[in-house]
Amino acid sequence: MTTPVLEVRNIRKTFPGVVANDAVDFTLMKGEIHCLLGENGAGKSTLMNIVFGLYQPDNGTIEVDGEEVSFENSRDAIAAGIGMVHQHFQLIPVFTVAENVILGSETTKGKLLDLDAARSIILDLGKRYGLHVDPDAKVGDLSVGEQQRVELIKALYREADILILDEPTAVLTPGEVDDFFEVVQSLVQQGKSIIFITHKLREVLAVADKITVMRSGTVVGTAEPSTSTQQSLANLMVGHDVTLQVDKTPAEPGETALVVSHLQVSDTRGLPAVAGIDLEVRAGEIFGIAGVQGNGQRELVEALAGMHKIDGGRVQMLGVDVTSMSPRQISELGVAHIPEDREKHGVVGEYPIYDNLVLNRYFKAPFVKRGVRQMGAIRAEAERLIQMFDVRTPSMDTLTSSLSGGNRQKTIIARELSQDPKLMLVAQPTRGLDVGSIQFIHEQIIALRDSGVAVLLVSAELDEIMSLSDRVGVMYQGKMVGVVEAAGATRETLGILMAGGTIDEARTDGSEHRGSSR
Amino acid sequence: MSSAADSVNAGRSVSQKRVSRPGQSSTKHYYFGAALVLLGLVLLIFVAPNLIDETRAFRLNKPPDPVQFEFKPPTFVGLAGAFYILVGFLTVLRDRLGSWTRFAAIAGVAFMPLLILAMALGRSDLSGTNVVNLLVSSLFLATPIALGSMTGLWSERVGIINIGIEGTMLGAAGIAYMTYALVGDGAERWALWLSVLVAILVGGLFALLLAVLSIRFGINQIIAGVVINLLALGLTGFLRSQVIVKSGVGTGVATPSFGIPLLSKIPVIGDQLFVGQPINFAMYLVVFLTWLVMFKTPWGLRVRACGEDPHAAETVGINVIRTRYMSVVLGGFIAGLAGAWFSLESSARFEDNMTNAAGFIALAAMIFGKWTPWGAFAGALLFGYADALQTRLQFLKVDIAGFEIPSEFWQMLPFAITILVVAGLVGRATPPAAEGKPFQASQ
Repeated sequence: MTTPVLEVRNIRKTFPGVVANDAVDFTLMKGEIHCLLGENGAGKSTLMNIVFGLYQPDNGTIEVDGEEVSFENSRDAIAAGIGMVHQHFQLIPVFTVAENVILGSETTKGKLLDLDAARSIILDLGKRYGLHVDPDAKVGDLSVGEQQRVELIKALYREADILILDEPTAVLTPGEVDDFFEVVQSLVQQGKSIIFITHKLREVLAVADKITVMRSGTVVGTAEPSTSTQQSLANLMVGHDVTLQVDKTPAEPGETALVVSHLQVSDTRGLPAVAGIDLEVRAGEIFGIAGVQGNGQRELVEALAGMHKIDGGRVQMLGVDVTSMSPRQISELGVAHIPEDREKHGVVGEYPIYDNLVLNRYFKAPFVKRGVRQMGAIRAEAERLIQMFDVRTPSMDTLTSSLSGGNRQKTIIARELSQDPKLMLVAQPTRGLDVGSIQFIHEQIIALRDSGVAVLLVSAELDEIMSLSDRVGVMYQGKMVGVVEAAGATRETLGILMAGGTIDEARTDGSEHRGSSR
Repeated sequence: MSSAADSVNAGRSVSQKRVSRPGQSSTKHYYFGAALVLLGLVLLIFVAPNLIDETRAFRLNKPPDPVQFEFKPPTFVGLAGAFYILVGFLTVLRDRLGSWTRFAAIAGVAFMPLLILAMALGRSDLSGTNVVNLLVSSLFLATPIALGSMTGLWSERVGIINIGIEGTMLGAAGIAYMTYALVGDGAERWALWLSVLVAILVGGLFALLLAVLSIRFGINQIIAGVVINLLALGLTGFLRSQVIVKSGVGTGVATPSFGIPLLSKIPVIGDQLFVGQPINFAMYLVVFLTWLVMFKTPWGLRVRACGEDPHAAETVGINVIRTRYMSVVLGGFIAGLAGAWFSLESSARFEDNMTNAAGFIALAAMIFGKWTPWGAFAGALLFGYADALQTRLQFLKVDIAGFEIPSEFWQMLPFAITILVVAGLVGRATPPAAEGKPFQASQ
């Protein structure tokens, strides 16, 4: 436990206009689980991509097992015993598990591929580390958890001793996270050393032997899990005191604003994505929808916003049947939509900010008169919204694509709230944002609820759902598998539901639950 | 509200298995079966009674005294109609009868080329036609299409859309013939083989241009392909008028026929099927090697990985840029060989635009084959057959109601099939996922 297997010293890496890493030092000991903690954009992934040979540092040295190394590409890093599981899996869906695993370091018989050898190696690795997966399955048919196992097998097949895991739990259900931590422990017991990149404080405290915190491209501190709290780590990560708790008063639900009955929606491939959903949201309450990504949440919200064809069922908003209405008709009723995909559906990146701020009203007075746009009125409105929502930008003429994620999201929220909505459809409102923006957006959502707006909130972050919602529904395979009061819900209960369990199972099994059937 | 949702889902088990979505049972075979029944009825009721009721024959070799299969067209087509009605019903009932009915449907489709020929004989005054010869010329005419579709495969499977196959073939054909005309006055055997080699190299050069434009400079790959097509058209037109015509070698000697030992001695069909020209035979080898290398070797696996997800390929240490250059240029060599087929094998001369859209039909064949070598080869055979058939039908002087069908109609046939194929007649095909997207290596 005392020899360093990886030492990174004084690393500097710049991209045009950005210093991504500056004077970064990092040491990984043998058999250690070392958490690298930091917000999005803090430089964690850049650092790890340097260690994995994908980026070349401008400055600094890397030592593996006490010897200085210089990686031209990831092949060199792999040869030095480093493996990386990327946040977005680097797997090819149309290939089988075996093909994905051997790609780049193929098993051969003569000049031809030897898939039989690959199969037996994969089965051996699976037995040794508890990573069971069918070598002949197509990766595209596997669940996210299984795909993650394939990524681990890929690294182990290349005889990696140092494993870099980049945000590995982001895509898992709470139950799968527990399984995953067990696998991580078994890897460490068999002599592997692990760098675990995350921004989830709870997980850091659960698994880390050592914690390094990064902010704005530099290491701002290290910590021991035994002497840290979520609060102390959050403050270190952000650089100032933050409130992790969302303050809110009990909801005072009013009239029903949204009624969804037996809704059916297909995904882009024509397969059923929403398979008969019923739900109601009342004025002055936040209805949260939890679930692992890809269980129909996206299609549900898009269908409600009028962007997606509805195959069956009815949707009523604010007393009006909107089942076959266009997005604009729905918006004109007083329904705001904060879409999941900001860049694609939220803003037009190539427009200046002022245009994006009136994108829902540009066709109405005072922004247009006799078919001519009134730039004075548009700019005045933009000025007002930028002030009110604290959008940080050099000017309103700046292209929206050059804003940071948080400011882009503020732009969308400013626009959507500018017409005093009665109902809000909010999807993944804080994905990829910094803690400051998250806090601001959470406050906005709570304030809207308190002013009597009905809010439908979809988020993959269970913490966000639990801290904001008044009631929580869980989606699994296009169905609502349960609806619970947020006050009485625990992570364990929701975890069982997210994995397809029933309310009854969640109730009886809640305390010592294991989320999957393996 | 919440209690309703609870009860609906009572009894689900706690499992997070793969996210499979039920309910996507295909209805395609219903339509296909219905279409076959309809075809059978049309054959039985409308076509068969209108055919000449005299003996006709499918011959396996040349007269005099050919081995032949004799039949009366109305009987033959009527039986075929009944057969299609049967196959149609079997196909509709596939869910109940099991998947063996698939083979009946395949047999039905495979029988169509002969059926068309039988109908044509039923409207012709000639007493018979040589089917082996028709097969041989189908294979011969399929050569540039099959080779071109292999070019498309090597390019698209690695992630580069190649609509410049046409231009690559044309450029190779023109420059190869120019070489032939200039070197040794076209009389020498070695000049011919040198010219074939030049064609292959020129194909590689054109593909290299496509690769540089789309990999190095990241420009739109469709536009890069169009540039190549226009460049080849202009360049070869210029070279023909300024070099080839002035050299005085307007026509030369085509690549010689030879017989494959033993196989060409098979009675009746051997001297037809196994005697032929070298590029035609090389085509089979190219298709086989494409399949072998692309699907059975490590390098082929890497090529396909680069076309599906270049970033994933990069993270396992594959040099995506180099792999893309190599694969695209390899495809170019194959297109060059196809170019040589035009100006040195099929006819020993060069004409402006002599490839006549074969490069685009090759792309259609590739799509027909769903981006697989053998599927693309089958597609190429389909087009080769359509091409051979139209010549044969002109020769048979098929008339309908006293009106002889003009040759232009038959010449349209391959292109009409192309439209149907590309419109998805063969079912939805999924191209490589990263196709057409420029890739930049991390640094």
